Amino acid sequence: MIRDPVAKRAEVAPELARLNRRNFLRHGLTLGSLALLTGCDLSTHSGIDAALWTMLRFDDRVQAALFDRTRLAETYPASAVTKPFRFNAYYPVWEVRPVPNNWTLEVAGRVTERTPWSVARLRQLPQQAQITRHICIEGWSQIGQWSGVPLHVFLRRIGADLRARYVAFKCFDGYSTSIDMASALQPQTILALDFNWQPLTPEWGAPVRLRIPVKLGFKSAKNLQSIEVTNRYPGGYWENQGYNWFSGV
Amino acid sequence: MERFRRTRRPAHPLPVRVMHWVGAGAIITMMLSGWEIYNASPSLPFTFPGWATLGGWLAGAIAWHISAMWVLFADGLAYLGYGFFSGHFRRDIRPKGLRALARDVGAALGFRLGHRLGHYNAVQRLLYAGVILALCVQVATGLAIWKPVQLGWLTGFFGGYPAARFIHLAMMLCIAGFLAVHLVLVALFPRTLVSMVATLEAEDEP
Repeated sequence: MIRDPVAKRAEVAPELARLNRRNFLRHGLTLGSLALLTGCDLSTHSGIDAALWTMLRFDDRVQAALFDRTRLAETYPASAVTKPFRFNAYYPVWEVRPVPNNWTLEVAGRVTERTPWSVARLRQLPQQAQITRHICIEGWSQIGQWSGVPLHVFLRRIGADLRARYVAFKCFDGYSTSIDMASALQPQTILALDFNWQPLTPEWGAPVRLRIPVKLGFKSAKNLQSIEVTNRYPGGYWENQGYNWFSGV
Repeated sequence: MERFRRTRRPAHPLPVRVMHWVGAGAIITMMLSGWEIYNASPSLPFTFPGWATLGGWLAGAIAWHISAMWVLFADGLAYLGYGFFSGHFRRDIRPKGLRALARDVGAALGFRLGHRLGHYNAVQRLLYAGVILALCVQVATGLAIWKPVQLGWLTGFFGGYPAARFIHLAMMLCIAGFLAVHLVLVALFPRTLVSMVATLEAEDEP
């Protein structure tokens, strides 16, 4: 049996118009608008959004100029580690993916040695441990312990072109990000295999994650699938939506 | 008959008026976008209503915040330079001492404090000196939480990242408090608003 619609369009039209007017009024009263401006959130094609994107690019250049590879992020004693450690991803914790069967870390782009890497092979490379502050773009921060292969060691090992501009990361959970080569070569930037002295579990980025204390937290991509060295701007999951690309700290 | 000495100077020199409005725009933009950024991870038990924020979501708010930052930085540096070298700080902003302050606060609380265009009473001096200082601390803590590694010495000076972030929030509340008082006083003395736009002659000293 086909039932009549609960309400006919003509019946609700005046109500809809009233709601639209109310919405318009609400937007019209927005302090930040100074009305028109509130629509500018990097998602439209307005001139103001274009100007904001231009400012973000300018900010990237200033941050790259401020960056000094020899300046180290502060390290902390084991007693300073935040417990419990806060989970963060673009999805809730119950959507964490298990590590795919036969997982290997792929390398691509401007590299000479393209053999994929297993966790066992990564563990044979020199390891580095760190206790550093993870700073989220939202403002909160927490101190954690990670260890793994310094990225500069790995990049040299795969014969990467160290004058290339970008290192891009793709993850098997659909996430992606990218960083500048100078930050990739900073000595505290590591491909982490352990978290809190234990092998990574899926919610903390198993089997391998990037841990980069000179960038905001969203750059430390978890659940890596591939690493690419490239001169073509790779963007990233959040970066393409408007998060400042360089996002150095 | 009492003779008044005619003063020919404007109540506010043109550079002060220009820097006031450029700074006001940058500060309000940074405050409203800052509220949106705060809302992404509130560290106090309240959030700012969405209609009072700028940017729509975190990325938009950050884009506004780090765009207006350059405007405030340039405007603030120009104003500090002008203030020191033109004598504006010495003449108009430097607090006058406790006795003058006690007298003017008493008069203000009794609604007896007069206002002469181009002259700064002790209450105004205290408020303006205070908000200039708060803005300097605000910019410094802002830089400290923007670059806690590259400017680690500055972040360390404020006691580390979480402390610098907290001071940044506290200074925002001070600046917002100043703004509320400032706007009420402008509403009570509307001619001061005119004098911050048009060239009005300074009034005679009492």
